[in-house]
Amino acid sequence: MNDPIIWIILFPLFGSIAVALSGAWLRKACHPLAVASMLGSTWAAVETLIQAIASPSHEVSYLLGGWSLQLFPRGVGIEFRADLLGALIALVVTGVGLIVALYSRLPVERDTPGREPVYYALFLLQLCGLSGIALTGDAFNLYVLIEVAALTGYGLIAMGSNRAAAATFNYLILGTIGASFYLLGVGYLYLKTGTLNMIGIREAIEAEGASPSVSTQVAFVLVLLGVMIKMAFFPFHAWLPKAYVHSPTTTSCLLAPLVTKVMIYVMIRMVLTVFGVEFSFEYATWTEFMPWLTVIAIVAAAGMALAQREIKRMLAYLIVAEVGYMTGGIWICNYYGLIGSIFHVVSDACMTLCLFLGAGIILEKCKTTRFDGLRGLFIKMPLTMTGFFIGGFSIIGLPPTCGFFSKWYLITGGMVSQRWEYVITLMLSTMVMVVLFFRLIERMHLAVDESGRNLGDGHGDLGLSKDRKRFDEAPPSMLIPLLIAASVVLLVGIYNQDLVDQIERMLQPFNLPTGVHYR
Amino acid sequence: MIGMFEEGSIFTQLFVERLNYFIYVVLLMIGLWAMIAKNNLIKKLIGMSVFQTAIILFYVSIAVKEGATIPIYLPEHDPHGSHQPVGAEGSLEIADQSLPMQPPAPSAYTNPLPHVLMLTAIVVGVATLGLALSLCLRIYRAYGTIEEDELLAKLEEVDARTGSSMRSGRRRRAFAKKPKEGRAR
Amino acid sequence: MKKVAFVMVLLVGLLLALAVRDFPAWADRNSPASQSPVSSYYVSNTGADTQVPNLVTAVLADYRGFDTMLETVVVFIAGLAVWAVLQGGRTVRSRNRGDQVQFEPDLIVTNTVRLIVPVIQIFALYVLAHGHVSPGGGFQGGVAMGASFILVALGWSLREALYRFPLERCFAVAGIGILIYAGIGLLCIFCGGEFLDYAHLSSVLPVSPQMARYHAMLGVEIGVGFTVSAIMFALYACLSTGGRMKGGL
Repeated sequence: MNDPIIWIILFPLFGSIAVALSGAWLRKACHPLAVASMLGSTWAAVETLIQAIASPSHEVSYLLGGWSLQLFPRGVGIEFRADLLGALIALVVTGVGLIVALYSRLPVERDTPGREPVYYALFLLQLCGLSGIALTGDAFNLYVLIEVAALTGYGLIAMGSNRAAAATFNYLILGTIGASFYLLGVGYLYLKTGTLNMIGIREAIEAEGASPSVSTQVAFVLVLLGVMIKMAFFPFHAWLPKAYVHSPTTTSCLLAPLVTKVMIYVMIRMVLTVFGVEFSFEYATWTEFMPWLTVIAIVAAAGMALAQREIKRMLAYLIVAEVGYMTGGIWICNYYGLIGSIFHVVSDACMTLCLFLGAGIILEKCKTTRFDGLRGLFIKMPLTMTGFFIGGFSIIGLPPTCGFFSKWYLITGGMVSQRWEYVITLMLSTMVMVVLFFRLIERMHLAVDESGRNLGDGHGDLGLSKDRKRFDEAPPSMLIPLLIAASVVLLVGIYNQDLVDQIERMLQPFNLPTGVHYR
Repeated sequence: MIGMFEEGSIFTQLFVERLNYFIYVVLLMIGLWAMIAKNNLIKKLIGMSVFQTAIILFYVSIAVKEGATIPIYLPEHDPHGSHQPVGAEGSLEIADQSLPMQPPAPSAYTNPLPHVLMLTAIVVGVATLGLALSLCLRIYRAYGTIEEDELLAKLEEVDARTGSSMRSGRRRRAFAKKPKEGRAR
Repeated sequence: MKKVAFVMVLLVGLLLALAVRDFPAWADRNSPASQSPVSSYYVSNTGADTQVPNLVTAVLADYRGFDTMLETVVVFIAGLAVWAVLQGGRTVRSRNRGDQVQFEPDLIVTNTVRLIVPVIQIFALYVLAHGHVSPGGGFQGGVAMGASFILVALGWSLREALYRFPLERCFAVAGIGILIYAGIGLLCIFCGGEFLDYAHLSSVLPVSPQMARYHAMLGVEIGVGFTVSAIMFALYACLSTGGRMKGGL
């Protein structure tokens, strides 16, 4: 037990097998087993992060199969390398997994009756894949882990309604194209460098010096393209809203906060560790137009979010917009932008979790997530709605929540790089978020229906029937996880300086530019 | 025209020495085209298989070395005596204790790593294909078609009926009170 | 739409072709991939490290054993997901379909299958066990084993095959396969090594660390064979009946 890093993976892996095997005759055991393995995994992630902070090089290395680096060329075996960033993302993944596992008992029983063992097995393997992505130091192993996460994701979504299965097919085709492009990019890198270890690849690329070969550049474009398809970057976002809206409640609660964010992490990892900062940020070819692409992505996604009249669908488009934020934070190519981007990965995971947990409760209690059905929800479920709107305020970026601080760093980065188009888009999309969430609040407090007809008789009367006015809070097994998530959003916001300190410590070795012009 | 096939000309460089890469690019384009543009879901999956096979071809072709054999040790490099040729005196002693073995030169065997990677990729491909076929079955059972345009039309119809359309249309409002799909079950 | 797709495909093709001139020529001995220290290490040291003559097996099951474990997990996921997907939404429509027609198994076919199946299964075990010295291993042997079950289902009926090998047992066997693989890895941790560091198994096996790697690889391949053969049959059973588990092809 000296190496908690491997237990981050092993707990959910063995947990899923135990769930699958025990499920046939002991269906009641599935949920506790899932929660227990996520508890173990979260504990291991915390331990790993503590180890990484304590160690002098700020990273934890684990050599699977014991093929040590001192004796052999780098990359003979597979290496797990958790620097502060990897350990942080692993903690986010396992933490979100734990909260969703706690939340999942009732929704899973309702959405996939009779198939709980398989559901929890896939659920745990999904977390195994995602946390593995955060930890691995091997480019091909990353591909395998991406596929583990993707296949479990398809299964988890398609277990829902028929509509979900139809949406999954699109997701599967696009996801396969994305993963295959990544695989091709790794192949090009292997062809040029002869290794699959991330550090090994960077050393080989840095040895090429100031004029990297065409194939390295094509490899970069391929990897980037693959990751962008996987993270639902704007022109490739088509799979995301449909898949998340129609999937079972727990699935969307698990996938929405994690999948896109982990793929952003992969992009950061590619830029920092695999290709190196000089290579990635020096070429005007992509550093010029990437911020513009993110601008288009944010504007388009925010516009589409405005057009929705249903909470889950609106949230799905918000995720697409947030992906634009974080990608932009990377591609404004400076220190503050990257801090903002990494911080935003963490805070976006927390606040999206909050929102989707809240939306799941609304769906459970009201049988609809359409805006029409929201009237009087603050009277009916005050705690749930408080949790939900803490997430919402964080998306907008109101101060004590974590969303404010990450957006702050993103905007600072944009200003330092003088990428005004990005800064202005961030401001504008913040306005859009304000409209989105205050429109929701208005729906809950005003007695007006979709077409503008007045329903109540004024003076705060919402025109509700008696049973809809009654205090009727969500069951505690769903409410408590939501409140935990909401308090995490606030805590990360309040203790943001500690988090930023760690991120800064992690970014120091990369010599990122802090000024206007790079090179 | 005759000069085209001379050593070192661009044509030779691209289409003779690197023909394997061109074949893979063409296959990959065919697969990608089928995945994006074909209407039938099964044809999309056939495209997906072609696409993945093209990548496998690319990886395996970079493993080849001139004059090298398959990556399984020949008897003289075999760590176990069992494959050793019998000594001159007809003694059957196990080789790994009697004579220290020379490590084989890297040029003698092809690169094993791409083969290993592709074994993994093949298995992933099989798993994806199986899952995709089950989705096709499910779609066919629910909507009675595997043609994409018909499917999209049906889905649009279902969404409009249940009031969860992606578009904010007027038609939807008329049905706003009906329960959501899936909840009714 | 088709035009857009065509342009996109052409662009991707151009992008890929752009790099081709930069690549080493076909079968170039001096290409970076072929003469990299990693590849040379595998070729030169596999024998001394693991005692396995088949380099691909050694790299697959030992040097990159973690990849292979996840690969087995992927197969397991596919089996679970296919079953779960096909079980969903079953109440939608139950039409009388052609594949539910009962028929008598054919005498010639069943007797031929009777003869072939043991041979296939022996061959599958041979392929699995001989992965160390010849092309083969858990995946290949597992697929051959799964094919023999599928042959029973084709020769008689799926009901007959499911009677011998019920679906729950399929998933249990698949889970046990992964348990064997990951369990060997876990045993290595308890013996003081890293996950999947088979050399440390020499403290429980009466052999040298190198031979411990050799034997652990066999164990791992057996685990893979369990999972793959069970899931191959489960995939067939689910897909051929649309999840209803009766009738079949």
